[in-house]
Amino acid sequence: MNIFDIVGPVMVGPSSSHTAGAVRIGHIGRRLLNEPVANADIFLHGSFCATGKGHGTDRALIAGLLGMGTDDARIPDSFAWAGKMGLEYSFAGIELRDAHPNSVLMKLTGKKGRHLEIVAASLGGGRIKVCEIDGLEANFCGDYPTLIVRNQDQPGHVAEVTSMLAHKSVNIATMQLYRDKRGGSAVLVVECDKEVPRESIKWLEKLEGIYKVTYLSLEKDGEKT
Amino acid sequence: MSFQSLKEIAAAAAAQKKPFFRIILEDDMSERMVSEEESFEAMQAMYGTMRHADESYDGKMKSASGLVGNDGQKLEEALQAGKAISGSFMGEVMVKALKMGESNACMKRIVAAPTAGSCGVMPAVFLTYQKYFSVSDAKMTEAMFTAAGIGAVIAERAFIAGATGGCQAEIGSASAMAAGGLAYLMGGGEQEILHASAIALKSLLGLVCDPVAGLVEVPCVKRNVVGAVNAVTSADMALAGIVSRIPPDEVIDAMRAIGASLPCSLKETGEGGLAATPTGVEISRKLNSSF
Repeated sequence: MNIFDIVGPVMVGPSSSHTAGAVRIGHIGRRLLNEPVANADIFLHGSFCATGKGHGTDRALIAGLLGMGTDDARIPDSFAWAGKMGLEYSFAGIELRDAHPNSVLMKLTGKKGRHLEIVAASLGGGRIKVCEIDGLEANFCGDYPTLIVRNQDQPGHVAEVTSMLAHKSVNIATMQLYRDKRGGSAVLVVECDKEVPRESIKWLEKLEGIYKVTYLSLEKDGEKT
Repeated sequence: MSFQSLKEIAAAAAAQKKPFFRIILEDDMSERMVSEEESFEAMQAMYGTMRHADESYDGKMKSASGLVGNDGQKLEEALQAGKAISGSFMGEVMVKALKMGESNACMKRIVAAPTAGSCGVMPAVFLTYQKYFSVSDAKMTEAMFTAAGIGAVIAERAFIAGATGGCQAEIGSASAMAAGGLAYLMGGGEQEILHASAIALKSLLGLVCDPVAGLVEVPCVKRNVVGAVNAVTSADMALAGIVSRIPPDEVIDAMRAIGASLPCSLKETGEGGLAATPTGVEISRKLNSSF
């Protein structure tokens, strides 16, 4: 924690967890989808559901999906901006199992047709955590470039990913592995110390047994290759 | 931040014959690996954003729930009409605290200091002081560093979130930060800074977080006023040579112990205190047209 965590951040009110954190969750959803969002079905859980309207959690999530930051003065008017920018959305309440009180499930479809389902939680003070991607467990906070590889649960896929990263001189900060059942679907979440080249991600996507590759880049919008 | 106590910061300031704020500034430079200019400009920008937020207040706005708005303007008008007896300086501190709290509730751009709910305390005290005593922005930025250092120690030893420590952790911390910064502006050294913040925090120990309908509105906006006014009275006491009989770091530890022993219903859940009054429950029932 540094002194600008104490004096700061600059943010649109009223709540660091229910507003600023919600903007960040929307933003991370858009980045993981890696294309502008055309449709978002949003399900709010717990305190997000109970007090979300009063805190502007709904508008904050939409603002984030449109690519706005936590201090963007357009956040209160994000519904109108969604209309202008071609984003359709719906909101509903939900009871998620074993979820943090400030949790949301987002089902996103991109303008080019890509799908993504994420569950994320706002932990307080604007900090967030992605808890699930496409129905499988994950656990990362979006502070690092993050590679999420979904594959068939069989030997060799972790080695493929890690040797690619080694080849590109990308150091791994943290790594997690989950699966639904033996031989079923597995997911590998790798937080990296630097950006993973786009062509390497495309290469991974083509490998046999790899179902889907999702990548969180921290580069600014428009800088993506 | 690398300091675990206010005592350590004060000792470093005394040993190196440097002002309190400079110890905080240099610590930020080494922690974030930035130059003095970068650190100073970042803090000055925070102060500029606070001022802009104050000037952007709109007395006509209402929060989404309709519970909050217009109070800053009402008090300002009463003050200008000579109806408020708090005096012009304290009156303006109160007005600015209300305005910022309302702006936050109405989804305007603010600086969390240390939190969004307590964002009115520091700017109310600092902006009013600058207006009355014509201090440079650079000096105000030094006071911001002083306050940030105090806040960082509180966050390190205790907490600054209502959900973990109750309102004492938000408004109490903001008040302690503002009091220390103000003591510096008034010419106090590290001892006055420490005792001003200790007196401020002591006076708000035990304050619970009981927001009606769970929203950062009632009573949060008006508690910014008490935090700001308390910072001014605490700095006045410290500059008069009055000391906190309990050392500042021990006051922070006491806040931690109190926060830990508070039930969950009084820590930002909207289930106890004012939120649980018949009127609070009724407001919550009307608003809860959830998704």
